[in-house]
Amino acid sequence: MRNIIEVRGVNKSFGGVVANHDISLDVQTAKITGLIGPNGSGKTTLFNSIVGFHPIDSGTIQFGGHEISKIRVQKIARLGMLRTFQQTRIYTEMNCVKNMLISAAHHKTGWFDMFRKYPQELTERAEHLLEFVGLFSKRNLISGDLSFGQQKLLEFAMALMNEPKVLLLDEPTAGINPTLINGLIDRLKRANQEFGITLFVIEHNMRVVMNLAESIYCLAHGEMLAKGTPDEIKNNQNVIDAYLGAH
Amino acid sequence: MKSKTNKILFYAVILLAGIFAPIIFPAYTFQLALLWMMILFALTWDILGGQMGYNSLGNILFFGAGMYICTIVQIGMYYDVAEYTAHFGAVKIDFTPYQYFSGLALGLVSAAIASLVFAVIFGWIVFGLRGPYFAIGTLGVAIAAGELVGAWDYVGGGGGISVPSYPGEPDDRALFFYALCFISAVSTFVFLKWLYSTRFKLALNAIRDDEEKAEAMGIHTNRYKTIAWSFAAFFLGISGGIFGNMTGFIEPLEVAFPTVTFGIFMVLMVLLGGKGTLWGPVIGAVLFHLIKEITWTYLLGWQWVALGVLIIINVVFFQQGIMGWVQDKWPDLFGISVDSVMAAGEEENSTKEVA
Repeated sequence: MRNIIEVRGVNKSFGGVVANHDISLDVQTAKITGLIGPNGSGKTTLFNSIVGFHPIDSGTIQFGGHEISKIRVQKIARLGMLRTFQQTRIYTEMNCVKNMLISAAHHKTGWFDMFRKYPQELTERAEHLLEFVGLFSKRNLISGDLSFGQQKLLEFAMALMNEPKVLLLDEPTAGINPTLINGLIDRLKRANQEFGITLFVIEHNMRVVMNLAESIYCLAHGEMLAKGTPDEIKNNQNVIDAYLGAH
Repeated sequence: MKSKTNKILFYAVILLAGIFAPIIFPAYTFQLALLWMMILFALTWDILGGQMGYNSLGNILFFGAGMYICTIVQIGMYYDVAEYTAHFGAVKIDFTPYQYFSGLALGLVSAAIASLVFAVIFGWIVFGLRGPYFAIGTLGVAIAAGELVGAWDYVGGGGGISVPSYPGEPDDRALFFYALCFISAVSTFVFLKWLYSTRFKLALNAIRDDEEKAEAMGIHTNRYKTIAWSFAAFFLGISGGIFGNMTGFIEPLEVAFPTVTFGIFMVLMVLLGGKGTLWGPVIGAVLFHLIKEITWTYLLGWQWVALGVLIIINVVFFQQGIMGWVQDKWPDLFGISVDSVMAAGEEENSTKEVA
């Protein structure tokens, strides 16, 4: 399948505020797609609509050929579409390894699996992924005591632990110090290439998103403003106007 | 493996103390039985309150439900319940030992199962609530249950029921109920020790730390919440059945659904001992029961004031409880430490971060 996510004509309003108006977009399988736009342009609302966090007013959202606009968050997550949060969210009172273990995929778990212990392989995989994001030596620390940047890395590792088909990342580099960002871009690319996970990324940092994504969508005032390759977006007059406020 | 033998020795000492305590201190058998019941209360409250972060103020509901169901089954097996409650006081009915023990056994089993079913039903309603709304919602359910039972003549209404009397000597009776309390508290502990070693505990902790995140990660949160509450209800139902028989007379407000005494004590004991740990509730229950009995004996008239002071000190200065304090003080004991061996590729990151 060429497009793993297909969004068609999605509308979402909160009272009188139109957050998304007639949005259509495609996320290509096994590629990295970017989503940019000024603050308040409706990016996170669109993410929330796709992952089933809130119902949409109209339109269709397909994931791997299945209509998911009426399905709720947990079920969509178990279908293989995960999201990370803009304000990093981890289980702050558990240590890193436990954060990882509980993030293992839940789509196969039956009633009795709830009362099983974790097999050794899973702990090993958790530790391997923690090593992948550079948190191995901190694995037994309470995750809430980690720095913000490390928490972001942990959240990313937790998402990988779940073995999703698609990962929606809401500003993965926000609040991370510039030197760590390069490492993170590298890891995002490796997750895409080595694990074959499709990435759909909201990002404000233009250097990051231009470097990462193969195609980019730009939202402004809840509407789709432009789409194209990084170069096309960079030179699109509408996008430049939206960011510089020429309205 | 020295720590392992120490551990076995530790558990053996506690079990032996539990078995011999009422023989050495026969005057305190009822108090000691109550202590085990308090431990059971604290352990079951901590499943939701500590491990899952849902502060229920209505767990006493299952205690009362278990008490009533057990009693009704005990009577109903051999007599007409409505007639029994209506004639309360006028006729004295004796149960033969066989009738008594078979009724009690079936009563306790029914109490446990019915409480579990109640937890599933009420869970379906109240788990839509979060934080303080959940606390107040569950409290409302427990108070409503007490009022409803009080208005229900079949079970004696506000007048209560006298539970079938034990067919034997008072000393044997005390020992018998002590044994029941002891066994049910120890079973609860053993069950939870096992439960907390499975992935069930991690799911509960995940819900406690960030339920929205847990949902976003695909955890069956509702399933875990309902099952966790029904485990608590199962053991509380049994304890209610036992307690009703221990006191010999049950009525809805003071004995079966005492929201302001036992219902709050459960919470306090866990806060005192440290929530979210296996031993915290046990330590908290022992300490609380001691303090309570001492103040009730030596500070009579001021006992509620003393209890209030304890609560304030606990909540203001000592929120993490005893086990939480121990963990903060000696994190290494709980395996919370930085690994000195760095993995390959990690060094560059950490040095970069310092730079």
